[in-house]
This record gives sequence, C-alpha cells and structure tokens, in this order.
Amino acid sequence: MSLARRIIPCLDVDGDRVVKGVNFVGLRDAGDPAQLGARYNAGGADELVVLDIAASRDRRPTFLETIRRVAAELAIPMTAGGGIRSTEDARAVLRAGADKITLNTAAVARPELISETSLEFGAQAVVLAIDAKRDGDQWVVMVRGGRDSANLDAIAWAKQGVALGAGEILLTSMDRDGTKSGFDTALTAAISSTVSVPVIASGGAKLPEHFAEIFTAGHADAALAASIFHDRIQPIRELKEFLSARGIPVRLPC
Amino acid sequence: MKITLLDCGVSNVASVERALQRLGAESQCAVTAECVERAEALLLPGVGHFEALIRVLNERKLRAPLCDAIRRGVPFLGICLGLQALYDASDEAPEMAGLQVLPGSVRALPAVAKLPHMGWNRLILKNQSQLLKDIDADAHFYFAHSYAAIEQGEETVAACSYGTEFVAVLEKENMCAVQFHPEKSGEAGAQVLRNFMRLCA
Repeated sequence: MSLARRIIPCLDVDGDRVVKGVNFVGLRDAGDPAQLGARYNAGGADELVVLDIAASRDRRPTFLETIRRVAAELAIPMTAGGGIRSTEDARAVLRAGADKITLNTAAVARPELISETSLEFGAQAVVLAIDAKRDGDQWVVMVRGGRDSANLDAIAWAKQGVALGAGEILLTSMDRDGTKSGFDTALTAAISSTVSVPVIASGGAKLPEHFAEIFTAGHADAALAASIFHDRIQPIRELKEFLSARGIPVRLPC
Repeated sequence: MKITLLDCGVSNVASVERALQRLGAESQCAVTAECVERAEALLLPGVGHFEALIRVLNERKLRAPLCDAIRRGVPFLGICLGLQALYDASDEAPEMAGLQVLPGSVRALPAVAKLPHMGWNRLILKNQSQLLKDIDADAHFYFAHSYAAIEQGEETVAACSYGTEFVAVLEKENMCAVQFHPEKSGEAGAQVLRNFMRLCA
C-alpha cells in the first residue's frame, strides 16, 4: 500500500493575517495567507489547513474572504475551520473554496453537528479537531482554543466522533504545541490505533526525525506544523527526501 | 472549445472551474438540460454522496441529456463521484439507479485499511492512456473516497491499490473518468486536465 504520508502546513489566521504563538498565547504576525499558501503549493505541501483562531462572528466575512484568496492559489486540498457552529457555517466555508471543514468546540457542545455535516457534505469533508492534554494517565479534550477542559477522554471522544461520521481526526497535543520538542507519539499512536479513519498529528514538530517518528511509532497518516515551515526552518522538499530515504512513502514533487 | 461543468450543487464545482481557468480553458457552469444538450464538452465533478448526486441529476432532468451527449460522442470527463455515477448502481445508495453507461456496481472499499481512502496515491497502468500522457509513471494523485469501481473492464486504463485494486482512470472513446481529483493533484493533476482539454479541441 503506497498511500503517501502527508505533510501539512497550517495557517493560523486572525482575520486576514497569519499569526503564530506558543501554547496558544503570545501571537505575532507571520505573513499573508495567500502568499504563504502559494509558497506551500509550489513547495511540495500535500494539503493546507487554515484555522480561524479568533473565530468571532463579526470577523467571519474576513475569514471567508481569506479562504477565497488562499483557494485561488492552490492545486492541493484545503481544510478550513475555527468557529464552525452549524451546517450553514460549514457550507459557507466549503463554498468559499475549502475541501474539508474542521469541527472542534461546537462538536463537543453538540456532537450531532458531526453527523449533520457528514450527511450533508460526506465524511471525507468532515475533520474532527481534538486538542488533547495529558491529565494523569489519560488525555482530556480541551476546548475554546485550549482554554477549558471539556471533561472528556480524548480516545473516547475520537471514537465517538468517527462513529458520528467524522472522516479524519486532526489531533493536537496541547502539551507539545509550540515547544518544538517533537510530536506526542504516545497520544497519536493511542488514537490512531483506536479509530478507523486517518489521523493528522499536530503540535511540537521541529526536526525531520520528529516527523519520521510520528509516521512510524506514532502511526500518523499525516503530520501538521506551522512555524517551522513559515520561518523556513524546515523546507518541505528536504523533509520529504529525508523521510523517503528512511522508507516512509511520501509524494516527492517534481 | 468551451467545457460545460455540471453544477449539481453537491460538489465544489468552483475548484474545478478555477483549475481549468488557470490552464486557459474556457468553461461555464450548467444547471439546465438545455445547457447539457448544447454542450461541446462536459465535465461532471463530484464529491459527497452517490444518492445526492443522482437525485439532483434526476430532479433537474439532466440524466437523459447527459447520457445522450456521452453516446453522441461529446467529450466527457467524470471526476470522483462523476466516475462512479457512470455505473449501474452503487453500494452507497442501492436503491438509486446510476447512469448505467457502464455495467456493474460501485462497491465499498474493504475495511482492511483506514477509510476514507484519503491522500496521495500512485497508479497502476493497465492500458495506453490519453489522459495520462506526459505524466511520470510514479506520479501521485489526490484521492478522497470510500467507494470505488472494483471490477475493471476494457475501459480501465489505470487502477489504484488501497485494500484492493479499483478503477482509477477509465477511457472509452469520448468518455473519460478519474477516481482522483485532478484539480487537487498539483502539477500531475493539471496535466490530466490539459490532456482532457486536448481531447476536446
């Protein structure tokens, strides 16, 4: 089976700008979303994730315009989310040019949102985003941009989300996010071996070895990172050549 | 020649249209039977549910004009669900009749691997192909689906393997279809669209 492991840059967007921060705080400007999107499209990214980190109602039109501008630059799939609370919100994001939506806080509050959007747009268009944090011997689900605990076990929630119709899991380790100390292999392996859908690992990536580890020991289907790509610390092409040399199937762009 | 895209409201027609425009193709979206009857070349994109696509084709009375056009020799490209719709039926909606241009049923991919089959995969060439002209044999294409045409016919020019082998590219005279998304498959996908545009010219 030669399905390539995917490398996915993530644009955290506040209105019409890409921002970045450590552990969801201390945000600073990281560029124009359309320009970055074009760079990743040409640079060998397999997909792009665009998240509205403010997710406020009044800035929604700006975010949708950002999706439109990014979509115009891409010949690869785009996943977009942040603040999607209804099927109509999801439709607006897909109409603007996204191929998939992410659901997070609103799905925890009302899990039927997963089945409603899955029935309407297909499971392949619905990504359940889970922000997980270690708590004793388990991982708990965090909501509202990582601020509040949802008092939910992350593994149980992932299983429930897939049963409701999610076609993919975007799994962010809140413990590792922004630390550049490597992906959370134990968390990713635990979720990936439990669910029947692809899992995107997120949070903590810096070195090529981190990616190799999350695709092998972590059983991730895709790996996501932001600042190491934005800051050109890790060119995607070189990362893929590194992985390919270690026998990990990747799509090497021409 | 202008390519007419069938807009069935269930798929992201805009991304296909954007990809065609980027390559310099003239295109328009069609929602009526008249547009389909007059079309010089037809493209049926599709993501989502088999039932939803067929229901819209039926409700908008596009089924007969679409099948007529394919039989008349109008160049046709089906994408993803647009490939699956050509068959008699699909496991995804057993009560709905497909377009019945090709025999057989679309099946669920076996659950031996993670589903949906989502991501970049390679092709297994079976026959000489017009759509895959000037494309590296080891190129990757972007797939996002859980159902597929498992039975390969003479029209199968390339297959893909994910749990089982299934039809990835088919060509039969003027009729072409791909299970992957050329509009999302980078440069290799763009070349597939260019090759289709050449067949339309």
